Amino acid sequence: MSNIWTIFKRELRGYFATPVAYVFLVVFLAVAGALTYFVGNFFGREQADLQAFFVFHPWLYLFLVPAISMRLWAEERKSGTIELLFTLPISLPQAVIGKFLAAWAFAGVALALTFPIWLVVNRLGNPDNGAILAGYVGSFLMAGGYLAIGACFSAWTKNQVIAFVVSAAVCLIFTLSGTQFVLTFLAGWVPQTIADTIASLSFLTHFNAISKGVIEVRDLVFFGSMIVLFLIANSIVLDLEKAE
Amino acid sequence: MIQADSLTKYFGPIKAVDGVSFKVGKGEVLGFLGPNGAGKSTTMKTLCGFLTPTAGTASICGFDIVQNPIEAKQHLGYLPEGAPAYADMTPRSYLGFIAGIRGLGGSARAERIEKTIELANIASVYDQPIETLSKGFKRRVGLAQALLDDPDVLVLDEPTDGLDPNQKHEVRKLIREMAPQKAIIISTHLLEEVTAVCSRAIIIASGRVVADGTPEEMEARSRHHNAVTLKIDKDSEAAAAEALRGLDEVANVQPRGGGVLIVYPKDGRSIIATVNDLARSEKWPVQEVYAERGHLDEVFRDITQTAA
Repeated sequence: MSNIWTIFKRELRGYFATPVAYVFLVVFLAVAGALTYFVGNFFGREQADLQAFFVFHPWLYLFLVPAISMRLWAEERKSGTIELLFTLPISLPQAVIGKFLAAWAFAGVALALTFPIWLVVNRLGNPDNGAILAGYVGSFLMAGGYLAIGACFSAWTKNQVIAFVVSAAVCLIFTLSGTQFVLTFLAGWVPQTIADTIASLSFLTHFNAISKGVIEVRDLVFFGSMIVLFLIANSIVLDLEKAE
Repeated sequence: MIQADSLTKYFGPIKAVDGVSFKVGKGEVLGFLGPNGAGKSTTMKTLCGFLTPTAGTASICGFDIVQNPIEAKQHLGYLPEGAPAYADMTPRSYLGFIAGIRGLGGSARAERIEKTIELANIASVYDQPIETLSKGFKRRVGLAQALLDDPDVLVLDEPTDGLDPNQKHEVRKLIREMAPQKAIIISTHLLEEVTAVCSRAIIIASGRVVADGTPEEMEARSRHHNAVTLKIDKDSEAAAAEALRGLDEVANVQPRGGGVLIVYPKDGRSIIATVNDLARSEKWPVQEVYAERGHLDEVFRDITQTAA
C-alpha cells in the first residue's frame, strides 16, 4: 500500500511540475464550458439540470484523457527511468496501480474544477442535486475507463504521440459502439446478440444511463471491470515490452 | 553476496548473455570488462531483476532475483547505464521518493539523506531540477539514489562515464571506501579503473565470461609483464643489447632508439635484478630502469578479439 502511495505522490506531483497540467486544466475547462453554453444551449433550454454539460463529456474525454495518459509509461520507457523503477523493491502491480490512480486523481481535479457550473444551476433554479452527483460519479468513472485504456497503450510505445493517437482511436471505438449510427449500421446483417454485446461495451451507453441520475450496479461493474481489465493488460504489456 | 548461476538471456534468437556464472563476496569489487555490445549491461539488468533470465538465475544476499525479487531488491543499490532519473524532479524530491520506496522514515530518513548528499557531493545542486544539471552531477545524483539505503550490494553500470578526471577520482575513492562493507560490481571500459578500484575483474565477450581473475593476474598474461625498460647512453646501446641477449632469462631485447632498450623476460620471470647487476658490472651509464607490470589493454584486446 505504502509503495502505491509513494508512486502516486511522485506521479501526481509530476503532472504539476510542468506547465502541461495547467494547460490541460485550462483547455478542459474552457472547452467543457464552451460546449455547454454554445452547443448544449445551457441557458436556452431553461431547465435546471446539467444534461447540457454532461452530454459532451464522452467526446471531450476522447481527446483530453489520452493527453493525460500518454506520458504515463512512454516517458519512463524513453528516459530509461523504467529500469530504475523496476529495480527498486516494488512490484509491477504496485507501479501500475499507483500511476493509474495519480492520472485518475488528476482527471478528478479537472472535473472538480467545473464546480462553478453547479453553482450557476443552483443559483438559477432548483436542480436535482442527486442526479448531478450521479452525473459527476459517472463522468469520473468514465474518465477512469479511458485512462486505463490510455495507460495500457502508453506502456506499449516509447513515443508519446503514438500513445496518444492509438489511445484516442481505441477510446473512439469504445465510445462509438453505442451510438445510433453504429447500431443502425449493424442492424439487419449482424445477429442481435452480437449487436447487443457491441452496444453494451459502449462507454456512451453506460455513461448516459448514470448521468440521467440512476446509478445501477451493472454500469458500475462495467466501468470497474474495464479499468481492471486494461490495467492487467497494461501490466502484461509492460512485462513484455520494458526491455525493448 | 552476489551469485550468478549460468545466467542466460536471449533477445529473440540473439543470445545476449550466455551462461554467465560468478560470485562476489563482501569486501570485493568486481570489475566487468568487455567491448561495447558484449553483454555487460544486459548481464547487470538481468542480475538486478529488470530483465527476466531466459535460463539460469542470480541471487542477491541469498534471495533469488526471480523467486523473491522484492527481498533481493531491498538489498540492492543499482545505477543503470546512463544514470536515468526523473528529469522534472530536484535531487531533494528524487531522494525523497527513493527513501519512500525504500521504506525509510523518521530520523533514519533524514540521516541517510544527509549522509548520501555528502557522499555523492550534490549539496550545491540539491534544489535544482535534474534536467538542468550537468552530466557529472546527473551521474552523482544517480549514484546517490543507489547509495541511499546503504545497500549490501551495489551494482554500478559505468559509474564514471562522462565525469572529468577529478570527479572520476572522487567516485573511485568513494567506491574504495565503501568496499570493505559491501559487495560491489562496476562495469567499465576504462582499464585504468580496474587497476584503480577492482579486487577482481571479469572480461565478457559475446555474452560469455572469457577471463576471470585479479587485475594482477590479468596483467601477468601480458607480453610486457616484468619486461624491463632500460635507458642508457646512446653510444653504449648496441653493446648493451648484445650483452643482455646473452642472459639466460632474457627472451628478447628491443632497441627503441635514443638509448632505450626494452628487455623481455622468458616465461614472465622477474629480471630487473639481473639486468641491474649486469648494468652495474659493465658500468653502463644508466639513466632509467624500471619493470613493467603488464599492459591490461593488450590482454583485453587479445582475449576479446580471439573470443569474438
